Amino acid sequence: MFTVIGERINTTLKKVKAAVTDRDAEYIKDDVRKQTEAGAAYIDVNAGARIGYEVEDMTWLLEIVQQATELPLCLDSPDPGVLEMAYGLVSKKPMINSISLEKDRFDPMIKYLQGKDCRIIGLCMDDSGMPKTADDIVSRAKLLVAELEKIGFTRDDIFLDPLVQPLGVDKSNGTMAMTAVRRIMTEIDGVHTTGGLSNISFGLPQRRIINRCFLSMMIAHGFDSAIMDPLDKVAMIQVITADMIAGNDDFCMQFIKATRSGIIGGSTG
Amino acid sequence: MSELSKITQTLMEGDGASLITMVTQALEEGRAASEILNDELIAGMDLIGEKMGNGEMFIPEVLMTAHAMSGAVEVLKPHLAEGESSSAGTIVVGTVKGDLHDIGKNLVVMMLESAGFEVIDLGVDVEPEIFVEAIKENNPDILGLSALLTTTMPMMEKTVESVDASGVRGNLKIMIGGAPVNQEFADKIGADAYAPDAGSASRMAKSMVA
Repeated sequence: MFTVIGERINTTLKKVKAAVTDRDAEYIKDDVRKQTEAGAAYIDVNAGARIGYEVEDMTWLLEIVQQATELPLCLDSPDPGVLEMAYGLVSKKPMINSISLEKDRFDPMIKYLQGKDCRIIGLCMDDSGMPKTADDIVSRAKLLVAELEKIGFTRDDIFLDPLVQPLGVDKSNGTMAMTAVRRIMTEIDGVHTTGGLSNISFGLPQRRIINRCFLSMMIAHGFDSAIMDPLDKVAMIQVITADMIAGNDDFCMQFIKATRSGIIGGSTG
Repeated sequence: MSELSKITQTLMEGDGASLITMVTQALEEGRAASEILNDELIAGMDLIGEKMGNGEMFIPEVLMTAHAMSGAVEVLKPHLAEGESSSAGTIVVGTVKGDLHDIGKNLVVMMLESAGFEVIDLGVDVEPEIFVEAIKENNPDILGLSALLTTTMPMMEKTVESVDASGVRGNLKIMIGGAPVNQEFADKIGADAYAPDAGSASRMAKSMVA
């Protein structure tokens, strides 16, 4: 089953930032309800944009978001202090976004994660920068998994982000990500792959068309989660359909159900 | 807008091989290298930067044209008189400490070089002290700082503070850019300018040294 992590509660988005600044609970709740109905599995919550206010904004958001949904949350912050506080405020096992191999990030995060009951997103990034080859991505993924297993994480709780880079600056950035996902899913049996995909289309026209096509192609290579906008109906239809074609939908029932409920085959399908 | 010359058009199409042929031919016809460089090539790159800024041209095209540009400049270089080849100005650029993103910065470097600037690129994850050292060493007109994360924006502020504290600010202009950055933030941290994209960065740099 594909895991959609709804990305819309993020203070770097103008409307969300305004709602958080004004403490407009209804705006946030309405958005979270829509993401829930649209099929999100996690609601990502990022309160990092108002520098100096992250703790209080995160505290407020967590209360409001959980009033609007039963879904578990994806706690999105680079600050272990904020995450520690947030962890105490959620009622369901959360996902943590994220750890990487960058030393300044890895050390405090691995310390924070010890003994926590959570899932974790691991960015395939280290101090040498963005990955340059599929080998880079896979070797970083393996290192992250080994470190996380040492502190008790099961592979099912590990989501690896291959870090998609723009096609506009290198035409092979799409195949690099797809090759890496394929290898991670076969060489590190049991883990998941996730991430935001929109970076693929940076600097190109008609970005949504590229993003959606890429999503289907990534799913064909084993990508089984994405940080995305669940309100993008076409993208959600593609998730369900591509996941079925990739062989992940038993008896094709997710797809059939989605056609019966009108998610697929309505005006947008 | 006046009609574009053949050379400018060819540059904008990113056709590097034809551009070299045309530039070589223009030199053989006795045209001055500096005139070709300034009036046709650099002017063309300005236009490309502008078109990128308003969504008429896209990053892969800009990469192609910059590549074509550098090929043409190589042909012109031996024909430029001393002084004519001197740069539009010197710029030290880098992505601030804690931030490893380089795509945006690299585009800026490319546009600046195409505009005739001498660019000292310090790379990514650059400590404030390294920026200060590079300023002392190169005495640039402009310092360009990049950050792609909300979490590394405060490091921009620290870098500006370090530059001020070390007494090398003087006439140095500081320009910042990156996805989470805006004019308001530039004002707040005491930077002289904010550039939303690589084309604007190049235009802004030119106006700063003018």
